[in-house]
Amino acid sequence: MSGTWINLIFDITICLSLLIGAFFLISGSIGILRFPDVYTRLHAATKSSTLGVAGIMIGAFLFHYVEHDIVSGKLLLGIFFVLLTAPVSGHMISRAAYRAGVPLWEKSVKDEYAEVLKDEQKRQAPDT
Amino acid sequence: MEDILDMTQTWIQISATIAVVTVAISVILLLYRAILGPTNPDRAVALDIIGINLMALAGLIAVLLVTTRFNDVVLLIGILLFIGTVALAKFLEKGVIIERDMD
Repeated sequence: MSGTWINLIFDITICLSLLIGAFFLISGSIGILRFPDVYTRLHAATKSSTLGVAGIMIGAFLFHYVEHDIVSGKLLLGIFFVLLTAPVSGHMISRAAYRAGVPLWEKSVKDEYAEVLKDEQKRQAPDT
Repeated sequence: MEDILDMTQTWIQISATIAVVTVAISVILLLYRAILGPTNPDRAVALDIIGINLMALAGLIAVLLVTTRFNDVVLLIGILLFIGTVALAKFLEKGVIIERDMD
């Protein structure tokens, strides 16, 4: 009889983490729909989707632990993998977009990568 | 006490259903950006986030159906998604994925 209150607390934690994860996922998708630019859209996309997937995976992990007594390492590994790969893929897409010539938002005030690219081209030009 | 535990079971079912509906709406919003996006990197971003939403949907359906067989699917979608995104980014940048010249 003493374990039932623990089960109650676990159930409430599962509900809260599932709802918080779904909220972060839909806020990231609204950000992708509303932001004006590829780079700001990436800023909205990667962080909020990482947090939303982490919430839902923590909820599913606790659910399997309470219901089946299964410690599922695959869900924790899924959190770790998304945490590791979402910034890398975001960086690669933004670099590809800049080098393919996608313009910035017209109200952007600073563009430091253009100077770096100019220096790089100046350094490569005398060699070839 | 048993009544309270039954009630929390129904709470979990209700909140998982709400989360499934929310993630489905988010996938529909992302499909708008993936189809009508102004440039190609927009479409790449939207497809990346659609894959992450699919991981979340697999976890939520595992909670709804009280089964453990979806846990492999979550990890598999994550790994394939990263490889696909890296290949798509390299294709958008250079026009090729695997470079031939070995200088």
